[in-house]
Amino acid sequence: MYSTKYVKARDIDDAVKALKSADDGKFLAGGMTLIPTLKQRLANPDCLVDLSACGLSSIDDEGSAIRIGAMTRHVDVAESALVQKAIPALTHLAAHIGDRQVRNRGTIGGSLANNDPAACYPAALLALGGTVHTQSRSIAAEDYFDGMFETALEEDEIIHAVSLPKPEKAAYVKFPNPASRYAMVGVFVAKFADGVRVAVTGAGEDGVFRAHDLEAALNANFSADAIADGMVSSDGLMSDIHASADYRAHLIGEMTRRAVNACT
Amino acid sequence: MPTVAMKVNGANVVHDIPDNTLLVSFLRETMGLTGTHVGCDTSQCGACIVHVNGESIKSCSILAAQLDGADVTTIEGIANGDELHPMQQAFHENHGLQCGFCTPGMVMSAIELVEKNKNLSEREIREGLEGNICRCTGYHNIVKSVQDAATRMGG
Repeated sequence: MYSTKYVKARDIDDAVKALKSADDGKFLAGGMTLIPTLKQRLANPDCLVDLSACGLSSIDDEGSAIRIGAMTRHVDVAESALVQKAIPALTHLAAHIGDRQVRNRGTIGGSLANNDPAACYPAALLALGGTVHTQSRSIAAEDYFDGMFETALEEDEIIHAVSLPKPEKAAYVKFPNPASRYAMVGVFVAKFADGVRVAVTGAGEDGVFRAHDLEAALNANFSADAIADGMVSSDGLMSDIHASADYRAHLIGEMTRRAVNACT
Repeated sequence: MPTVAMKVNGANVVHDIPDNTLLVSFLRETMGLTGTHVGCDTSQCGACIVHVNGESIKSCSILAAQLDGADVTTIEGIANGDELHPMQQAFHENHGLQCGFCTPGMVMSAIELVEKNKNLSEREIREGLEGNICRCTGYHNIVKSVQDAATRMGG
């Protein structure tokens, strides 16, 4: 790892001030992506601003939605009775990110700020039609993701919390890469009174996306039978050593069927 | 250089260390606690797992400075004098290792797993050890060891 400066911010204002005073600072959440990246010398920030003491870990019921603080760890989401009752699909998703040690450190805010194209949480935010709250504004999921590892966040903007509306039913099913366990394809299906939303992670060249064709099919008939073979186009899907775009297209259809069957 | 104070295996320690010191480097090089291993350098193998405030984490993926004030337990800190921890004893008796390199991480990971749930199914044990890679055993005796330890630990 290159040399760097470490600062533990006391609160959000302190964190923003520390980042602004650095030439190329980075916010540090759980560090489950950032620290391995630094170890590989793939990044060289001159300052790491740790957000762990900023009081951003919480899970609250807001009636029609749940609000999760940005520094809430995957293990806390996975073990929350409130989340289990409101959005069991999210419990399942959080309980299957990485491994136990990653879940003991990794955070929802860190995952969403990083926007890894194979991360799980982006699919939940998009399918649930959630909102990202920062110190200056609230960003709808539709406007938040901006391509692989890119988001609408400004350099000094910190996610405070995420609001996730409670669906009638939902499920998340992923096909993990056999080695990395990241999603090769992950599909989050959420059914609301005003329609079905299907978000796909792990597959798109521009990161997470909504599968509008699948949503239309499920709005007409909310059943696994509604998803026909060949319904998903391979246009815009990643093709790499792990899977071709065609195979990913097939997996999107299959994971969607499984998600519909698993919806609770 | 920040000053880091933490409790390691019950003892209070204070050291000045470079900001970019990983916990595993702090433990091995500053403290001389070489039971915690570095197996992969890519945060995947779990040989470096220790407990921080009772939870298992990969010590290669966290800065020591992040843990100022924390309570850290390593593989050196779990036996009671000459009496092995039940998880260590179970690994010993069930031959839950071959080369032994991954064992410290396996044991630390498995202790937290069993402490959270003493009635684990084989599948839950295998899933629970997803963050630990062993290149020798094929995992079979490791799973047996954890099952045995769960019984010894009150399951």
